[in-house]
Amino acid sequence: MTAELVIDVRDLRKRYGARVVVDGLTLGVAAGEICGFLGANGSGKTTTMRMLCGLIKPDGGGGTCLGLDIVRDASRLRRQIGYMTQRFSFYDDLTTAENLDFVASVYELSDRRGRVRAIVERMGLAGRADQLAGELSGGWKQRLALAACVLHEPKLLLLDEPTAGVDAKARREFWDLIHDMAGDGLTVLVSTHYMDEAERCGRIAYLSGGRIVAQGSPDVVARGSGLVILAATGGDLDRAARALRRMAGVESAAVFGSAVHLAGMDRAALERAIAAYDGDALIWHDVAPRLEDVFIHLLSQPDGGAS
Amino acid sequence: MNGFSWRRFLAVLRKEWIQVRRDPFTLRMIIVLPVLQLFLFGYAINTDPKHLPTGLLMAEHSKYERTLVAAMQNTGYYDIRTLTGEAEAERGLADGELLFVVNIPPGFDRAVDRGEQPTVLMDADATDPSAIGNAAAALAGLTDALDRDLPQTVRSTPAVPPFQFAVHARYNPEQLTVLNIVPGLICIVLTISTLFITTLSITRERERGTMENLLAMPVRPIEVMLAKVVPYIVIGYTQALLIMGIAAAVFDLPIRGSMVLLILALGLFIASNLALGLTFSTIARNQMQAIQMAQFTLLPSFLLSGFMFPFAGMPVWAQWAGELFPVTHALRIVRGVLLKGNGMAQIVPELWPIAAFTLAVAVIATWSYRETLD
Ligand SMILES: Nc1ncnc2c1ncn2[C@@H]1O[C@H](COP(=O)(O)OP(=O)(O)OP(=O)(O)O)[C@@H](O)[C@H]1O
Ligand SMILES: [Mg+2]
Repeated sequence: MTAELVIDVRDLRKRYGARVVVDGLTLGVAAGEICGFLGANGSGKTTTMRMLCGLIKPDGGGGTCLGLDIVRDASRLRRQIGYMTQRFSFYDDLTTAENLDFVASVYELSDRRGRVRAIVERMGLAGRADQLAGELSGGWKQRLALAACVLHEPKLLLLDEPTAGVDAKARREFWDLIHDMAGDGLTVLVSTHYMDEAERCGRIAYLSGGRIVAQGSPDVVARGSGLVILAATGGDLDRAARALRRMAGVESAAVFGSAVHLAGMDRAALERAIAAYDGDALIWHDVAPRLEDVFIHLLSQPDGGAS
Repeated sequence: MNGFSWRRFLAVLRKEWIQVRRDPFTLRMIIVLPVLQLFLFGYAINTDPKHLPTGLLMAEHSKYERTLVAAMQNTGYYDIRTLTGEAEAERGLADGELLFVVNIPPGFDRAVDRGEQPTVLMDADATDPSAIGNAAAALAGLTDALDRDLPQTVRSTPAVPPFQFAVHARYNPEQLTVLNIVPGLICIVLTISTLFITTLSITRERERGTMENLLAMPVRPIEVMLAKVVPYIVIGYTQALLIMGIAAAVFDLPIRGSMVLLILALGLFIASNLALGLTFSTIARNQMQAIQMAQFTLLPSFLLSGFMFPFAGMPVWAQWAGELFPVTHALRIVRGVLLKGNGMAQIVPELWPIAAFTLAVAVIATWSYRETLD
């Protein structure tokens, strides 16, 4: 691991009571990278992000963000990180502009008004500046939250499901913004449950049971999974899917439009299952696994669900 | 670590102030609550109750009964009506419709005339001793009520006492309960409003999820806590002045001491409540817990401070407990300055316990303010 890494943590551990939530997590993210953080509900994404910005103390392990120790330098670290919480956590009874103004003055920014005006323009919040934050729709709340956490021009952004509940167009704009900022040298760690978003990340880290079980560029993760996908068209697909799903060696059988996809780790087992199927004769062919297939595969591992 | 920053403090203060202003319900409560309580308690609480419902039972018509009843009515304590019999008397006492039953025994007239010193039995509902105490005491002065109707031989012999007491009721010559209640009310209302509001302040951020954000930003605990307290100092003063203004206009509350001194002392008292509220707020996990903690202190500050019951009448251990509460001392200061015209010299012994309490509690609050989420 080199000094180039903006996030450089090793063997992070966190437990709540008897339950181990983060279990020896090691993560390195280079400057200017957009790293996608994926994993089932309860896999420890939020907990990890909180440890990275010093909001909770790890029970074991440690490391640095932006060269600052995440435990000892927590208060200095906070000035340089922009953290967008999963749950909207600005003041409902303040307007958009008042919330931003509050953030700007807490960070003691020079030219507070100018900066707030600039960010309002950039995020397209101008029309909502005087609306109470509590009365904004979900998508606009997310924009306000993003605006607030980049206001002090942090070098590292931790975004916890920033696009949950945001419509497709707004999500696209959101990601364009994130790419713009990464282009300016910002490092981003962003958690998401959307596959299209995962595909826009330079790198993804898949979390399961509090540890990273797969990481790399989306392509690498998809190809490196060793997953075999066989597809067929024609015939009674729903019936085929229902019957094949129950057979040994078949992890999933699902219908996508006019094709049925069979997924499994063992090609021979899949072929045996097809041979055993007594329905219409279908023509099977190989398809490359997509990220989504890989995640469903990971999610269905014994320790891949919410642990 | 970075030290205290005025800019950050002012930022949080501005935010708090906007939130206070945007919460019309709380604002209205802040004005309505003290006024309502002042009128309620000012008119309702009376430690010397008069016109108590009294029943009269007599075996047969009596020529002295009328004089006796008139004498009792004249004390102002008794409102007397004649009962039909024992059963009605029992029912009246049990239902709480009667506080006293006067039993004039059979052959009362004859016994008095013969100088047999008969007994008139008073049944009293003693479930609330303070309600009947003064009324019962007034009976002692009535044994000569029949003298004018009686022959010389059976009249009560007027004893000539070797000396007598004269009570000079100072500071409150008419002994009006309201003059005792209003200063207490100032302290109690201030306690309720300031303690409860600050108790909710930090737990509210925690429950709404805004705490996570606040912690992620570079504000220091001391800045947050001070900023949460300052708006309520203004509000506390508004309430105190409102109560005193109304009390002076409506209840003729005298203001004998220095207003400036009183305002300074009240400032310290308000600060002590805010510090306590903040401490609860930092310790509690949610608003419900916070409210319960506040209520837990509210009752003793009503009961042990000398607001409801005379402080001197409490056992020593209770007095010690009472001394711990800032309300107890604030009560003495407000009564002292308003009614007795006390100056700085007299109130200093009451000021420092409040100051010590505030300091101790503020230290606990700062210490238990968690800078992390766990
Ligand atoms: N304060 C807490 N006390 C106890 N348990 C907690 C606490 N915070 C989180 N957990 C537990 O830790 C586990 C991981 O939670 P975390 O919020 O990190 O998951 P996540 O990956 O962000 O999930 P999601 O996708 O649903 O947001 C969960 O099982 C949760 O119940
Ligand atoms: Mg989460």
